[in-house]
Amino acid sequence: MSSPVDEALLRSLTPGVLGILVRRGADFAAAEDAVQDALVEAVRGWPEDPPRDPKGWLVTVAWRKFLDATRADTARRRREGLVEEEPRPGPAPAVDDTLQLYFLCAHPSLTPSSAVALTLRAVGGLTTRQIAQAYLVPEATMAQRISRAKRTVSGVRFDRPGDVATVLRVLYLVFNEGYSGDVDLAAEAIRLTRRLAAVIDHPEVAGLLALMLLHHARRAGRTAPDGSLVPLAEQDRGRWDTELIAEGVEILQAALARDRLGEYQAQAAVAALHADAPTAEETDWVQIVEWYDELARLTDSPVVRLNRAVAVGEADGPRAGLAALADLTGSSPGPAAGGHGRRLPRATAAAAYLHERAGDLATAARLYADAAREAPNLPERDYLTRQAARLNTRRRG
Amino acid sequence: MAKYLLLKHYRGAPAAVNDVPMDQWTPEEISAHVTYMDDFAERLKETGEYVDSHALSPEGTFVRYDGEGRPPVTDGPFAETKDVIAGWMEIDVDTYERALELAGELSAAPGAGGEPIHEWLELRPFLSTAPTITE
Repeated sequence: MSSPVDEALLRSLTPGVLGILVRRGADFAAAEDAVQDALVEAVRGWPEDPPRDPKGWLVTVAWRKFLDATRADTARRRREGLVEEEPRPGPAPAVDDTLQLYFLCAHPSLTPSSAVALTLRAVGGLTTRQIAQAYLVPEATMAQRISRAKRTVSGVRFDRPGDVATVLRVLYLVFNEGYSGDVDLAAEAIRLTRRLAAVIDHPEVAGLLALMLLHHARRAGRTAPDGSLVPLAEQDRGRWDTELIAEGVEILQAALARDRLGEYQAQAAVAALHADAPTAEETDWVQIVEWYDELARLTDSPVVRLNRAVAVGEADGPRAGLAALADLTGSSPGPAAGGHGRRLPRATAAAAYLHERAGDLATAARLYADAAREAPNLPERDYLTRQAARLNTRRRG
Repeated sequence: MAKYLLLKHYRGAPAAVNDVPMDQWTPEEISAHVTYMDDFAERLKETGEYVDSHALSPEGTFVRYDGEGRPPVTDGPFAETKDVIAGWMEIDVDTYERALELAGELSAAPGAGGEPIHEWLELRPFLSTAPTITE
């Protein structure tokens, strides 16, 4: 019997191998294909014949794949009368290869979905099939998305630092997608963000990592055995992962101490305050409101102001929360004209919750039913329908 | 083998026998319903007849081309009288009779009072690809 390939090891080596090929002069798209081919060969061959130096093996095989492909390509072009120069060796790297890969895969010329797919493949070492399964699209569609993305960034210089904010946005998107198929995207996002934090010293990278760890820590408490959503206040806090919380808090504190606040640190601070409360009742809502005030200054997003209104409802009572919500949504929440996508998601659900706490069960039940119709996903819709049903049952009984 | 779509409607289908909106059920009745639907899909996966299923948001917009250089025209959300699809399940079964049997089973999902909803589902055969042998 042969042992299965250590996929985690294989994938952790991917960006380094790719970086070496690009530094040797391979263009990014061809190098990336060659590395994928080498990974496939490793999965096939390593169980029988494990290499002593896995990274060296991958570089050798990937480089050979690259040369084979280039020769075939050059021969074809020569036949077609379109001879081109051999690629010249690139300039010496000014920044870490892995970091450059993150920048390239999150390049601003890419759409978010392309940047996500390219990051998962080139930096994460996932196969196109795994990425396709995770995002529930056909493999051919994902293959096309990735190859278009590679073409889009083919002219980008590999030796110049990019904008770390674009990288963080991509990683945040990967984390927030949850997971389906055999790839756990949340865990993958954490792995990639850890890796990024290891090659760049930036408080917002630390902030995003802390944010992910603190939310990931709650994962076991977030769903009931039947798959339904459990809201924060009702979660069994004994099921939260205390090790992840401790790590997240430590990373966050170190980042905050540097006094360069950003939106991810502020969001992580909110998550840390929830993690810190032994029971929902002991949550420090006053401090949470303050962090939402910071966040509103940093981003001024309507989502932040909605969350702030809910926090105000907890800190100063439901009437105050409803007033904050009214400032945000105009007169009343509920179905807005103009179809899907125009209104603020979850504003109706927040209003329903605040009305219930204020004792107006009839309005709350009606708003929960409205919110269920607006829900962006099935677990939330089921949860909100149950809330409406619970209140209607209580009012009848 | 033939593929069929089982369509569930928010609006536009004849009224169900046990026609009570979900937010008027008890939370336990909702759980029983969700479990029934999950089990149904799971059973079809085991028999090799399940293809795909999806729920849709009740909101939708009609859109059409409005000429060169102009943004598309939209109309909607749907007026109250329009047919609205709530979701679908695609199945791949041997016979039309089997498709009918499964649709009947799905329509028996429990609703208010734990009683079957007897909801009307629309069964639509897929147009298949052309066969190789035609004579």
